[in-house]
Amino acid sequence: MKCKDFLKELNEYLDGQIDVQLKTELEEHLQWCHDCYVVCNTTRKTIEIYHDNDVYPLPEPIRERLHQAIVTKCKAKSEQQG
Amino acid sequence: MNGIESKVAEPQTEELALVEAARSGDVGAFEQLIKRYDRNVFRIAQHITQNREDAEDVVQDAFIKAYRNLAQFQGNSKFYTWLVRIAVNEALMKLRRRKTAKTVSLDEDVTTDEGSMPREVADWSPNPEQLYDQSELGEILQKTIQALPESFRTVFVLRDIEGMSTEETAEMLNLSVPAVKSRLLRARLQLRERLNRYFKKPKRNGAKPQ
Repeated sequence: MKCKDFLKELNEYLDGQIDVQLKTELEEHLQWCHDCYVVCNTTRKTIEIYHDNDVYPLPEPIRERLHQAIVTKCKAKSEQQG
Repeated sequence: MNGIESKVAEPQTEELALVEAARSGDVGAFEQLIKRYDRNVFRIAQHITQNREDAEDVVQDAFIKAYRNLAQFQGNSKFYTWLVRIAVNEALMKLRRRKTAKTVSLDEDVTTDEGSMPREVADWSPNPEQLYDQSELGEILQKTIQALPESFRTVFVLRDIEGMSTEETAEMLNLSVPAVKSRLLRARLQLRERLNRYFKKPKRNGAKPQ
């Protein structure tokens, strides 16, 4: 297996959506190819970091303002139908 | 086993009850759903539009639209998936409106391998997050993901941050499954490449690799 072939399967490998045979071949490649080993680990870490750290937290005061605006409009709709 | 299974099943049933109540006009029940998902909707909208004001508008518009169209919610998909689909559409419309001068080509063909090959391969520190304080880290992550093309960024956000499946993402963005996979791979690799400069291990002169 070449590095290019490994990279093609990287998504499925990282997501664990891969059949056993192919997984074995990819892991064999990882045993001797340090570059792919590093790319694989750092890509996994990239996903984890973005998953674990909220880049755009919603501040509580804005949250409350948005809730009120939404609820007011929803109530108006319910009353119309009421 | 039964205990665990019923615990897993509970939130879904509870959520359907909230949706049912909201459908019959119980705004309080709908408010519970807003509290549950507003952060996700805001995050998705901000990632897509890259504009704070637009993202806040998307939160309002998406929930109001969801409320008005609850009758159309089938219940065979999760409420969250249905809501995110509405939010993504709203966010993309905002983005298009803002970018009328430029062309936004969501449908561009990005199936080539160009740009996917890693250029720099360097191992990272064992806990790269700990190299920076929380606000520095936030800034790095924000800056890095903002630099991705919109079509890659949206796929990455839906798949890897919000946990949608490949199929759900494809449906929401009107893309084929292979197109989602290709964009996701390129998004992941480009983010990795750009984060390298912040997270790679410092070189120690004379140190032999173990």
